[in-house]
Amino acid sequence: MDKIVIRNLDLYYDDLHALKNINMDIKEKEITAFIGPSGCGKSSLLKSINRMNDLVEGCRITGEILLDGKNIFDNDVDVNVLRKRIGMVFQKPNPFPMSIYDNIAYGPRTHGIKNKAALDEIVEKSLRGAAIWDEVKDDLKKNALRLSGGQQQRICIARALAVEPEVLLMDEPTSALDPISTAKIEELIQQLKDKYTIIIVTHNMQQATRVSDKTAFFLTGEVVEFDETKKLFSVPKDKRTEDYITGRFG
Amino acid sequence: MKKISFEGFMKGVFMLCATTSILAIILICYFIFSGGVPFIMEYGLKEFLLGTSWRPSNTPPAFGILPMIFGSLVMTLVAVVLGVPIGVLTATYLAKFCDKRLYKILKPCINLMAGIPSIVYGFFALVVIVPLMKDVFGGTGMNIITASILLAIMILPTIIGLSESSIKSVPNSYYEGSIGLGASHERAVMTVVLPAAKSGIISSIILGVGRAIGETMAVILVAGNQPRIPNSLTKGVRTLTTNIVLEMAYAADAHREALIATAVVLFVFILLINAIFLIVKRRTLN
Repeated sequence: MDKIVIRNLDLYYDDLHALKNINMDIKEKEITAFIGPSGCGKSSLLKSINRMNDLVEGCRITGEILLDGKNIFDNDVDVNVLRKRIGMVFQKPNPFPMSIYDNIAYGPRTHGIKNKAALDEIVEKSLRGAAIWDEVKDDLKKNALRLSGGQQQRICIARALAVEPEVLLMDEPTSALDPISTAKIEELIQQLKDKYTIIIVTHNMQQATRVSDKTAFFLTGEVVEFDETKKLFSVPKDKRTEDYITGRFG
Repeated sequence: MKKISFEGFMKGVFMLCATTSILAIILICYFIFSGGVPFIMEYGLKEFLLGTSWRPSNTPPAFGILPMIFGSLVMTLVAVVLGVPIGVLTATYLAKFCDKRLYKILKPCINLMAGIPSIVYGFFALVVIVPLMKDVFGGTGMNIITASILLAIMILPTIIGLSESSIKSVPNSYYEGSIGLGASHERAVMTVVLPAAKSGIISSIILGVGRAIGETMAVILVAGNQPRIPNSLTKGVRTLTTNIVLEMAYAADAHREALIATAVVLFVFILLINAIFLIVKRRTLN
């Protein structure tokens, strides 16, 4: 079943035409990777899916993104509810400067959960879901900024999971991390696939082959090729894809 | 050879400029303390600080400054209670809610507020706030509330300016993280951005307190200036600063020394406030 359908999407930053006629169907509970050189528009597309681009001045979007068949750009869409359904993990780990517990509880509290027992349960479940519970369970009062970069990023994933999203957007979630932390996050992404539809932007092609089911290759604002990851990396249809994955440019 | 000696000369000039301000501070410390401390020793620290009666022309004279200490502290406290919420919320508005065109008008206005001479504020309070207070509470209209409202206005630019810049320096990633979880703009600002700017906001409040406690010319016009401990906020009051200004012109001998000693107490307050400011600032850096 298609969770997200993108139709004829064009995106402009003032005069810059950053995404050109994007069409893409993303299936439920699959991991989709966006790859491509810097500035090719992959992050822009990711940020359009939960409308984080609304915050960017001069950003204009035409076309549709359907979430379960409903266009997210419709006037009657509550963007806060949309962002609850579509969680996001950022490139640089950005835990809030507060305790681990408060970081995880922030989302549920935002959406009206005040009961202490219910919050406790969500915090534990989310931290377990992000494979960091065992490392922090004795220290939930500790300021999240005092954790290592890799731990911080898993806290951010846990924080996103705590609002029970349906889709997780990850914007180069491991680019600021060391190889061991990266391996942990990749393993975690694999586990999350059972419950969530995941879209991950990555600069690292090995990462795309390791974690994703499908891969989209972006170049100068266009999707050059979108296919099963195995196919795209073994028998690319487009010459430009082949050049990119074999390292001839990018 | 000539070039090196010129550089050496300029280095000396810069050194001199840099040490001038330090020298000024040292000299101020020296003269204030050497002028006031002997009097405090002679009169007795306890009697001076905790004495409730200020009668410099009696025989024997009484130099108790507790009413003035009390006056300064209460007036500052009320000013902070009135001014801080307005200041912090204005700063939040300017940093996170205000549209650009309005900002271009508001920001210079607030900067201008910081540059208005205090006597002008005092005159404003005298012709606007005092009659208002007279109508509301009766009496002369010159009381703690009047002076505190005036001080609250006067500390606004300090609080707004510093709070705004500390709110603006909070990394945008915190805001985005909050928005990304489905929080509204208001919630993201109030629950993530403001707490993250906490120590800068607290610093701004401390500096505001310093400004309020040291303010003189505006306060003297509207505070009533009675040297007694007031039993209500609608009573007149005298502060440490106004005590000095009111009497310095004609004071002599012990009276004059008592006024310098009052300045010592004020100076110690200011030093304490600055120490707290530095501690808060250092905690932020760590």
